[in-house]
Amino acid sequence: MNAIIFSALWGVVMMFAGLIRKKGAATRVLALLGIGALLTLNILDIRGVHFTGLDFHNLIDIEPFGLLFNCIAFGACGIYFLLSARDIENVGEDGAEYFALIFFILCGVSILSVFNSLLLLFLGIEIMSIPLYILTGSDKRNLKGNEASLKYFLMGAFSTGLMLLGIAFLYGASEKGSFFLDELAMGRSALSPLFIVGLILLLVSMGFKVSAAPFHFWTPDVYDGAPTVFTSFMATIVKAASFVAVIRLFGNAFADIGPQWQLFVAILAASTLFIGNLTAVFQQSVKRMLAYSSIAQAGFMLLALLTLNTMAQEGILLYAAAYCLATIGCFAVLIKMKDQSLDGFNGLGRSQPLLAAVNTICLLSLTGIPLTAGFFAKYFMLASVLQTGKFLWLVIFAVLCAAVSVYYYFRVIQAMYFREGEAKALNLSGSYRFWLLVIAGLLIVLGLFPQWLLDRLNFVYL
Amino acid sequence: MVAFLLILVPFIAGVAAFFFPSTRGARAWALLASLLTLGVSVTALCLDKGSHLLQLNVSWLPALDSRFAIRLDGIGQLLCLLSAISFPLIFGSTWRTEYRNGRNFYALMLLTQAGMMGAFLAMDALLFYFFWELALVPAYFLSSIWGGERRIQATFKFFIYTFTGSLLMLIAIIYLYFHTRNHSFSLESFYGLRSLIPASDQGWLFWLFFVAFAIKMPIFPFHSWQPDTYEQSPPAVTMVLSGVMVKMGLLGLIRWLAPTLPIGTWAWGDTVSGLCIAGMIYASLIALRQDDLKRLVAYSSIAHMGLMCLAVFATTRSGLQGVVLQIFNHGINIIGLWIVVDLIEKQFHTRKISALGGLAARAPGLALLLVVVALANIALPLTNAFMGEFLMFNGIFSSEATIYNVLFTVSAALCVILSAVYMLNMIQKLFFGPVNALTAVGRDIRLDEKLALAAIVVLILIVGIYPAPVINLTHEAVEAVLAKMNYKII
Repeated sequence: MNAIIFSALWGVVMMFAGLIRKKGAATRVLALLGIGALLTLNILDIRGVHFTGLDFHNLIDIEPFGLLFNCIAFGACGIYFLLSARDIENVGEDGAEYFALIFFILCGVSILSVFNSLLLLFLGIEIMSIPLYILTGSDKRNLKGNEASLKYFLMGAFSTGLMLLGIAFLYGASEKGSFFLDELAMGRSALSPLFIVGLILLLVSMGFKVSAAPFHFWTPDVYDGAPTVFTSFMATIVKAASFVAVIRLFGNAFADIGPQWQLFVAILAASTLFIGNLTAVFQQSVKRMLAYSSIAQAGFMLLALLTLNTMAQEGILLYAAAYCLATIGCFAVLIKMKDQSLDGFNGLGRSQPLLAAVNTICLLSLTGIPLTAGFFAKYFMLASVLQTGKFLWLVIFAVLCAAVSVYYYFRVIQAMYFREGEAKALNLSGSYRFWLLVIAGLLIVLGLFPQWLLDRLNFVYL
Repeated sequence: MVAFLLILVPFIAGVAAFFFPSTRGARAWALLASLLTLGVSVTALCLDKGSHLLQLNVSWLPALDSRFAIRLDGIGQLLCLLSAISFPLIFGSTWRTEYRNGRNFYALMLLTQAGMMGAFLAMDALLFYFFWELALVPAYFLSSIWGGERRIQATFKFFIYTFTGSLLMLIAIIYLYFHTRNHSFSLESFYGLRSLIPASDQGWLFWLFFVAFAIKMPIFPFHSWQPDTYEQSPPAVTMVLSGVMVKMGLLGLIRWLAPTLPIGTWAWGDTVSGLCIAGMIYASLIALRQDDLKRLVAYSSIAHMGLMCLAVFATTRSGLQGVVLQIFNHGINIIGLWIVVDLIEKQFHTRKISALGGLAARAPGLALLLVVVALANIALPLTNAFMGEFLMFNGIFSSEATIYNVLFTVSAALCVILSAVYMLNMIQKLFFGPVNALTAVGRDIRLDEKLALAAIVVLILIVGIYPAPVINLTHEAVEAVLAKMNYKII
């Protein structure tokens, strides 16, 4: 809960800082300080040092899983700031305010990782989404950005409506009339149709948020229309947070009635994998390809929702870390490209060996090749389903889809290394290079010793 | 520790090669490193079988119950030796080939070797999978960067094929892991599964594994990546792929699949054998009509791999021993063939058999060495392949695992005849016949090239005349596998 309070406060601080200076080194340092403090406070939270002794009346449930995810999200966000702070400022006029909005989003993220009530789930989702609508349209003079922002807002509002309806149904169907997850999980004598309808509505609205097919149609347009730096943020930290929210929701409240909704989730996962992977194959713009790839990756993460066992919980954290790092890396390279189409990458391996190498490692990780973090992420997802002994068809299907993903990820690698061309990139600062290398290094370290992250998990659980 | 060095030396040398200032330096470095690896491999041969130096077992991923467990058993010794012999030969015989950004080339070559060594040594299923993939990635980059005109499509197909196969294998590995008694990936626990997995499950698990291995070998109908990839890859990489890497598929079959799922292996044995036979005949017939040297050798390799796979499924001592012997022989022979093809292509800038002719007069040294290698490829007595193929045929014929043993033997023998036809046909057209304008300016090969080929010829003859050391080396491992492959005692 430290994180919830501090991120909101720091968002306000950043907002007022914007009155004094719109952009510049001071603003960036302030943002970095904020994220550093946020991370520290969150770790303190894990160690049992709390900001305030307030009683939240069971509205939040501070559990290691959520706090650990916070660490990953804040860590990834820190790297994102270190890499892209300048690019964030340069999107439009109001540098400091973008940072403020991002801190508000992080406040939503930290609510979603600890909520214990459907009302807080709703609040978290909204606190996370509304600043995103603004960020999507932050490049005010870009028509595509405006369109994306409006589309995102309308779709978001629609799914929020569904979510509220679902919450209302669940409230009415539960015996005592409760919003609390733990009370929802208890005292269910018979499942009323109302309950099931509420559950499905909730699942559908969360499907919108994590862009699961067939509720994914907003994703490519929004990701494509938004400024690339913000797409990077949206596709990684925000998406992972939505996943953590849905996994906590179902894990804490509906795990015992799994058979009622598991098939639905399985079909959702299969269609997401299928549509995401297949559509990504046909993209010519790398940005759009990455948007579809994020849908495809969501399909894999849905496997964790299907099983909800320990392996899935550990796995989703590893997946979140691997996926966030790799995607931030890919977008960071993309931002620096003059021509963002696939052909624009031709020959990058020769003109910018470092950019190409980092991009390759990130893409290999997204594909799930051993020695990168992505392999273990996928491994955990597959293993968690196999552990249940059910849904073997889904595992095989997922694996075949992963093979399809080789096609579009490797097309970028082919363009960079095997095709002739004069790929042009913008000038890179020394620190930019350094942080790109850090991302690549982290992906490989996690790929060799995922134990490191898993040990942190065990340490916390003990 | 010695076993670990087999992975470590090429790996470290490979990473270091990326940072070499010049191609020449990297080339010498690569040769040196590969010779060092050969030295390690020979040292390992001299060690006592029970020596603790031949194995390493340390904690790697406790949360996943996977350990970094490697061990050199007889089959592993042989495969590592094959890999260790191949690389100096390959570097030596392609010494004069100039590569753009050569240091990257040599670095990736050494990394490929490290990956393959790992796959040969791994005694932990997850580790095996790890190395299996790691060998693939550098090979893909090698072929795609330095290959021929259609390299990008060809190698892409290769990568997607193998990657799909290996992911299916990963499912099977995870599935088996959850069924082991002590939740472990170790080979021993996998061997303990044979009575725990019901026959009905062994059937589909078999295919999840086998598709991966069948793609790697390749077995008909999973072979279609192979001729294109061999044709488009640079010669040195083709040698690695066909000489050493395809053996990973056979090793997987012998070490991981057949003893773990004996009933599945037996139940599908006839089907797979049928595929092998179909592939052998098909590949041999295509090889008959090939005018391109590289494609001819590629198709001939499909036929040979088909025979080896067939002999594994015969489940007999003689057959399995033959396969293990032939793994080594085939690697040596096919590298010899590729060296010749490369020499011819470099000199005349064509691979078309019809465009060449009368080389024997111009290049007697080359002709002599090629004839020996080609005869070994046909498996004539006194050459190494004869011993291997004889044992395999003997095994297939006496097999009790199938009722079609006679049919399989006869059809496989037909392919040997076909192989004689296309190999002799090739020799005749290349070396004899009229000298044309292209070959009139030909010259004999240089001394170092002769030495590389001569080394291969010596190996061919030694193993052909006195194969006992190889058989003794692998005998124990073969018996162990065979005992576990026994489908009857469950």
